[in-house]
Amino acid sequence: MRLLTHNMLSSNIKGVANRFPLKIEVVKVVEKEVDFNIDFLKNMFHKVEWKALAEASRTMGYTELPETADATMLDSDDFLHKFHHALLELHLEEGALVCPETGRKFPVNKGIPNMLLHEDEV
Amino acid sequence: MLSRTAKIPLVSSHPEVYEPCDDSFALVDALLADRTNLLQHHPSICMEIGCGSGYVITSLAVMLGHEGSIPYYIATDINPHAIRVTRETMDAHGVYAELVNTDITSGLEKRLAGSVDVLVVNPPYVPTPEEEVGCEGIVSAWAGGENGRSVIDRILPAADNLLSDRGWLYMVTLTANNPSEICLEMRNKGYASRIVLQRSTEEESLHIIKFWRDSDCQLELKNLNYWTKLVRS
Ligand SMILES: C[S@@+](CC[C@H](N)C(=O)[O-])C[C@H]1O[C@@H](n2cnc3c(N)ncnc32)[C@H](O)[C@@H]1O
Repeated sequence: MRLLTHNMLSSNIKGVANRFPLKIEVVKVVEKEVDFNIDFLKNMFHKVEWKALAEASRTMGYTELPETADATMLDSDDFLHKFHHALLELHLEEGALVCPETGRKFPVNKGIPNMLLHEDEV
Repeated sequence: MLSRTAKIPLVSSHPEVYEPCDDSFALVDALLADRTNLLQHHPSICMEIGCGSGYVITSLAVMLGHEGSIPYYIATDINPHAIRVTRETMDAHGVYAELVNTDITSGLEKRLAGSVDVLVVNPPYVPTPEEEVGCEGIVSAWAGGENGRSVIDRILPAADNLLSDRGWLYMVTLTANNPSEICLEMRNKGYASRIVLQRSTEEESLHIIKFWRDSDCQLELKNLNYWTKLVRS
């Protein structure tokens, strides 16, 4: 699971107010190289919650993203490459996503998050 | 010639996962017929709900390709075996999608809202007793409850929520699902629609419908709301 997907996921448990971001518990991270696409990054920059991405990437062992970011930084090649790496190349292969409110764990196995709920959570 | 769809021998399988069937082929043929438009559309995010064997999302990725990281492919299924089989099918074709094991789009609806440019769905559409809907195993791959609409009727609002302003939805329906009523419901949400492929097999008559947000529909809707209010007051 890429961090872009993490950035798009929230806790889906019924009645929970604080759903995002899910905390990450890391068992295994893998890195997979993908081609750099500047338009995609610029487009996604406006959709991504920066704080959540920066914190998630730190949890995954990548500490190069700044705490805050604004659109003027998209002019910097260095920034774009770091953003690209964090957003698309870091994969949570094994671990869990944790609901920020309830602590309920959504397992991630072989890179696939399991967001299925138990009957009493729907 | 380069293949433009997933290759059947490379599609992985599992006893509890829906194998590519007439409906899957019809959907992929409809996408292939619209390929030029899809390429010109330059989608950023493409999604499938209910990916099963992965045949459809793999075919989409094969026919549109990747330009760097674009488009971003993401697929969901409620069946964990289907998700694993989809991963194998995609790996065998050298393509990649993010996969989420979830009910329809649960967990994605908040942050992915308004972002999906192309959404494809071959839902469980067969009319069955309501108890069969969503039960474990292969039955949930086709069981659609009354008129085959139980899951479809949950997918439509989810699709409306996820589609971007320029988003397109391609969905498989059966005559028994009452496609014209589905189109009318989507029209009330501001979507135009067109049957892009119709195919009758021995057992069923399938329609692949394409939906897109249409400003005329939205305008009409506003007018309609205005007139109803006026008449009521
Ligand atoms: C008719 S099969 C289509 C499979 C594949 N897309 C194809 O065209 O060959 C429907 C798929 O939807 C999945 N499904 C059924 N109910 C679902 C739900 N509530 N949420 C997500 N997926 C669901 C089934 O597990 C099955 O894989």
